[in-house]
Amino acid sequence: MRTLRRKLLRDLMLLRGQSVAICLVMACGVGTYVMSLSTLHSLRHAQFTYYEQYGFADVFAHLKRAPDSMARRLAEIPGVAAVQTRVIAEVTLDVAGLDEPASGRLVSLGRTSEALNRVFLRRGRLPLERGVDEALVNEAFAEAHALRPGDTVTAVINGRRRALRVVGIALSPEYVYAIRSGEFLPDNRRFAVFWLPHVQLSAAYDMEGAFNDVTVALAPGASEAEVIRRVDQLLDRYGGSGAYGRSEQLSNKFVSNELTQLRAMALVTPAIFLSVTAFLLHIVFHRLIGAQREQIAVLKAFGYTRWEIGGYYLQLAALLLTVGSALGTGLGAWLGHALTELYTQFFRFPVFDYLLSVDVVATATAITGGAGLMGVWTAVRQAMLLPPAEAMRPEPPAAYRPTIVERMGWARRLPLAVRWILRQWERQPARTALSWIGVALATSVMVLGSFVEDAIDYVIDFQYFLAQRQDVTVTFVEPASSNSIHDLRRLPGVQLVEPFRSVPVRIHFGHNARRLGLLGLDPNQRLFRLMDARERRLDLPPEGLVISAKLAEVLGAGVGDMLTVEVLDGRRPTRQVVVAALLDDFTDPAAYMRLDALHRMLWEGPTVSGAFLAIDTRYKPELYRQLKGTPRVAGVSMKSSVLQTFRSTLAENLTRMRLFNIVFASVIACGVVYNSARISLAERSRDLATLRVLGFTRTEVSRILLGEFALLTMAAIPLGLYLGYGFAWLMTFALDTETQRFPLVVLPRTYGYAALVTIIAGAASALTVRRRLDRLDLIAVLKAHD
Amino acid sequence: MPTRTVPPVAVFKARGLTKIYHVAETTVEALRGVDLDLYAGECVVMLGPSGSGKSTLLNILGGLDVPTSGVVHFRDHDLTAEDDDALTLYRREHVGFVFQFYNLIPSLTARENVALVTDIAANPMAAEEALALVGLAERMDHFPSQLSGGEQQRVAIARAVAKRPDVLLCDEPTGALDVRTGVLVMDVIDRVNRELGTTTAIITHNASISRMADRVVHLSDGRVTQVESNLQRCSARELVW
Ligand SMILES: Nc1ncnc2c1ncn2[C@@H]1O[C@H](COP(=O)(O)OP(=O)(O)O)[C@@H](O)[C@H]1O
Ligand SMILES: [Mg+2]
Repeated sequence: MRTLRRKLLRDLMLLRGQSVAICLVMACGVGTYVMSLSTLHSLRHAQFTYYEQYGFADVFAHLKRAPDSMARRLAEIPGVAAVQTRVIAEVTLDVAGLDEPASGRLVSLGRTSEALNRVFLRRGRLPLERGVDEALVNEAFAEAHALRPGDTVTAVINGRRRALRVVGIALSPEYVYAIRSGEFLPDNRRFAVFWLPHVQLSAAYDMEGAFNDVTVALAPGASEAEVIRRVDQLLDRYGGSGAYGRSEQLSNKFVSNELTQLRAMALVTPAIFLSVTAFLLHIVFHRLIGAQREQIAVLKAFGYTRWEIGGYYLQLAALLLTVGSALGTGLGAWLGHALTELYTQFFRFPVFDYLLSVDVVATATAITGGAGLMGVWTAVRQAMLLPPAEAMRPEPPAAYRPTIVERMGWARRLPLAVRWILRQWERQPARTALSWIGVALATSVMVLGSFVEDAIDYVIDFQYFLAQRQDVTVTFVEPASSNSIHDLRRLPGVQLVEPFRSVPVRIHFGHNARRLGLLGLDPNQRLFRLMDARERRLDLPPEGLVISAKLAEVLGAGVGDMLTVEVLDGRRPTRQVVVAALLDDFTDPAAYMRLDALHRMLWEGPTVSGAFLAIDTRYKPELYRQLKGTPRVAGVSMKSSVLQTFRSTLAENLTRMRLFNIVFASVIACGVVYNSARISLAERSRDLATLRVLGFTRTEVSRILLGEFALLTMAAIPLGLYLGYGFAWLMTFALDTETQRFPLVVLPRTYGYAALVTIIAGAASALTVRRRLDRLDLIAVLKAHD
Repeated sequence: MPTRTVPPVAVFKARGLTKIYHVAETTVEALRGVDLDLYAGECVVMLGPSGSGKSTLLNILGGLDVPTSGVVHFRDHDLTAEDDDALTLYRREHVGFVFQFYNLIPSLTARENVALVTDIAANPMAAEEALALVGLAERMDHFPSQLSGGEQQRVAIARAVAKRPDVLLCDEPTGALDVRTGVLVMDVIDRVNRELGTTTAIITHNASISRMADRVVHLSDGRVTQVESNLQRCSARELVW
């Protein structure tokens, strides 16, 4: 067997180009898998340990004001393990170096035993109870403004401007992903969380002996729904706005959503990449064994058993698989590490280690091994079953016939080379089909690799330029009269003001319920428009709700159904409202109503929660300055800055992830195409050498081979693009979560890129094949019988 | 057999062998009832026109193929009753093949091509020894592509005899060679037969080769038409063709 092993190494050397290509393709399949899954595991682990060690609560509730004595009542609810009561306030911030106002959330610190939602102090110290306006600030904001302990930030607290002195930089399990409610992207420059000593904060808001926020930890085995019900019962009198679990806690929801999508990516993309790898191995081994059938027959004639021969090819495969998956694991670990690090820019965990667990590597290896062996198995079986006497006989001359094309008559003017190629194809349709599909798959992975970016670009475009076209969104501290709209209109640079009323509600249907902000809009809005996924504008009906199709799906409701809308603010009425229409959208589920209908539902006059503004950007600084000084304004969100932040953080992450996938996909494409070219060279070299001997020139001969290859590649590209579209479609299913959906949008640039890479890979492969063809040893080819 | 004093022992006993190939709608009767005995240590030449069934017969004797009907005994084994694994074992332990187109593994050197077989043999000679036997001691580390046709065929013979097989089956070993090289190759086979006492069957359509055989079996149209015994077996060097 030693000699057989030597043959193995020699064969590998002979096939080194192809072997390298196969290993690289495999490495890419394994690499994407290891990269995505190890990143996922690292994030999950970080999330889990953080929540565990820092006492992330299970149930959350806000309210107007309740006496401290209520804390005990809450703790008595069966299933409640711990209760934390706090004061939380939303404020406007004036940050040095920032024209526009930012929003801040002040959270009270240092009451009760601090069993829940403990902050992690990254730097500095805790604020002193007797210190003056000392505060901790969240790390993301501190980094965005290069804040250090000792710096100050001005906040409008209860109508008065006060300078908060940063004494420490902190993280909290509640703000792993710090995002303003109602927003779709984080904005670390314009949203901050400050932690202040409870005594200070409650004094500032006249909340001594009281609280307006409660969080609860559940005892093991307790029912979340039941605890929520009891908490709501107790807080009802105190203006509770509805308790909710972790699944609706903003930061947790976003992190979980991201993890779900990462998981989908970790499953779908590598699965497809690995299938392509298996397919490639299948083709290569089939051809390899076809080319070695006489060698196999000799081995058999001399008494090598089926298993020894099968084992030989399996070893060859195993060697490639091992090198490929080792390479892939290394690559995946390296990129996973980089990706995990990137995530720390917008997921804030106190410690964030990169974990590469043994099972990820083991699974990746098992999957590759499985996929690879599946690919080689049929080929190897063929080798094992090959009857030796049969194989020893030289292959009978192929039975050629005129092709269909020729028989139909209209192809007689085709050049000889083309006719030759067509006859080859028609004679071996299965082989041709396999090569064709192989190159098509190569093209398709390219489409899959870039599809996510197309989809994200589209959603951003849709969301911010087609549907929500306002430049600025202003929210008031309290619902205000419509006079405030006139005030806004008078601000410098304001061109258009459109009011909205937003109210927190819980929508029930059957046993299902969701908390969200119900948005009341003017029917003639020009800035904030309801657009469905087909880019059609939806008019708000005079009565009834328009809800996201996804919301309807999770509630199990449809058009015409009566939903129970529990208002969680003000007089807190509960109403039955009919679903008037569904809106196919891409982001967090939402519900809309006509402004007047909403006012009627709330039994209130024409109040507004805020307004959408279109502005003349020349007046931006002046507008910002004035907004900063308006105490009624609780928050200002700027489209341009949201997009800017998006581009510099999330988009950069996605781009990098996409880049990895594109590189992987390109390598796969090149590997597959190169292999196809090499295989067709190997299969044709005898015929081509004969032609050369008969006096054909190099150019003529290579025209035949490369022409065949070019024709094949060209025929494969459309199929590949189509398959890629199919894979993208599969991906939209995998990425479909409650908070986010991806439209099936594949831009022409993606198709173009996929086709271009395939063509470049084809041309490069053709060049190397051409070089081999030029060096074709005529005598050797004709002499060698195997 | 004048050169031998002991009564001949039949190594192979073939009775009523037929082989039918089905090709598309037609059938080809390659063998139509062959009876044949091969004796220990003898050298048999099989003569016959192309398509007469020589290779088919040799493949069946060598366990590469099975007859459609009839029986073949190798010593006490009924080869026709054996399954693929048993036939493989039979080839591994007892048979050495030499083919018309040499069929060396191109990626292995001469020595390695021989070692490929000695690796799995029970009592082989050293690959070097086998190559010395065919006069290629100097070319052991050459690859097949660096050897001439005759040299390649001698490597193939070394490969076949290195495991000290009980039978050596050669299918047109000189078919692709010129006269002088052919003589050289036949001489090697002749020496192996004489010195190692390996039962040898050689297919050829070259009648003059039959002079080096103990017996000559004539095949025609799937049947044995005649078996001659050579009274005077001459050595390969004396052949003229
Ligand atoms: N695998 C096969 N399929 C079909 N016909 C075959 C096959 N092998 C041999 N034959 C036919 O059987 C006959 C005998 O072949 P063979 O034994 O190779 O003849 P020889 O070696 O004497 O030239 C020929 O007519 C040949 O065409
Ligand atoms: Mg023959």
